[in-house]
Amino acid sequence: MLRQGWTDEEMDQRIGNLLRTGVLLSALVALAGGILLILHEGSSKPHDEVFSGEPSPLRSFLGVLEDAVRLDPKGVVQFGIILLVLTPVARVAFSVLAFWRARDWTYVIITLVVLLILVATMMVGHHQKI
Amino acid sequence: MNLTEFALLLALGSTAAGFLGSLTGLGGGVVLVPLLVLVFGVDMRYAIGASLISVIATSSGAASAFVKQGFSNVRVGMFLEMATTTGAVAGAFLAAYVPTQSLAVVFGVVLLISAYLSLRPRRARPEDDKPNWLATRLRLDGAYPTPDGPVNYHVHGVPGGFVVMFIAGALSGLLGIGSGALKVLAMDQIMRIPFKVSTTTSNFMIGVTAAASAGIYLQRGYIDPVVAMPVMLGVLVGSLLGAMVLVRAKVRWLRLVFGAVIVIMALQMIANGIFGRT
Repeated sequence: MLRQGWTDEEMDQRIGNLLRTGVLLSALVALAGGILLILHEGSSKPHDEVFSGEPSPLRSFLGVLEDAVRLDPKGVVQFGIILLVLTPVARVAFSVLAFWRARDWTYVIITLVVLLILVATMMVGHHQKI
Repeated sequence: MNLTEFALLLALGSTAAGFLGSLTGLGGGVVLVPLLVLVFGVDMRYAIGASLISVIATSSGAASAFVKQGFSNVRVGMFLEMATTTGAVAGAFLAAYVPTQSLAVVFGVVLLISAYLSLRPRRARPEDDKPNWLATRLRLDGAYPTPDGPVNYHVHGVPGGFVVMFIAGALSGLLGIGSGALKVLAMDQIMRIPFKVSTTTSNFMIGVTAAASAGIYLQRGYIDPVVAMPVMLGVLVGSLLGAMVLVRAKVRWLRLVFGAVIVIMALQMIANGIFGRT
């Protein structure tokens, strides 16, 4: 019979690897975007002392994805940032699976609650202005 | 100053903040917002957004190592994340309605309190290590590795810890900080979890807490790639460097110097908020 679930130690190792991969990947994408940004707009003036809110394509997950695919520098940076934000979300999703395999139903529910809160924050707020 | 110079200077400043933050254990995020606002003249909202992103990067990076070493209590972390993420959502929504001047004052006050919490000598806990029924029910008790083999511990004060974690989450969402000092306080003092487990589990939770508010900040347009990119990369590199020399360096005087920097920045933030120069 197949062994059910991972031990806590195995789970720790997998969570550690997942986090490391996510951080490394998002940092590389953001760095690539940063290099593009400097090559394309390096001599323009930054205007971050004034708050205007980012333009709408850089605010939504789909908009960022479209810009990143076009290799728009800010889109690529923002895509790296989204990958980073999704790293802890992936960690929580992975934990749901791990607790499920361990048949630890209390913690399946606890991690699902956290996952739902995270997913909800990614969905709401599109229409909201400042 | 053009965009290239701005990005490079920002990356340099953030590397220094991350380096000192991880070396002293006070966290790189705490000086980032004041650095961006006071030195670089970045709008408070962009500064908070960038700080949140860097907090996710450093905590996830550090957590990957601590989890593997078996210090973090993953169950305690997961359980308390219900409180911190709910708090973070509340804080992020509140941030939209609080004027930046008031935010600056709140930031300064929280900065002073967390510097005090991190720098004061730790009080010894009462030695009462009976199992707690709620903690047992939730299987929160754990063990951590020592050179002489694993040491078991019991967890207490679950409801109290939960409430303080909600507040820590709300401050994180409102101010873009990791709230590490408050999280450690909740676990170390209220839940009576061993200090090393408290700090590493706090680190483990910070990423998820910050991710909950980062999604809201992103969709509100508070995350500017031009600010967030150099800050995130700089802090990440700086804290990695800090972790590498941590074992060898004598950090006592450094903690005091960095603590003094934090106090000055906190007072400046409060003054700016009150006299309306944010």
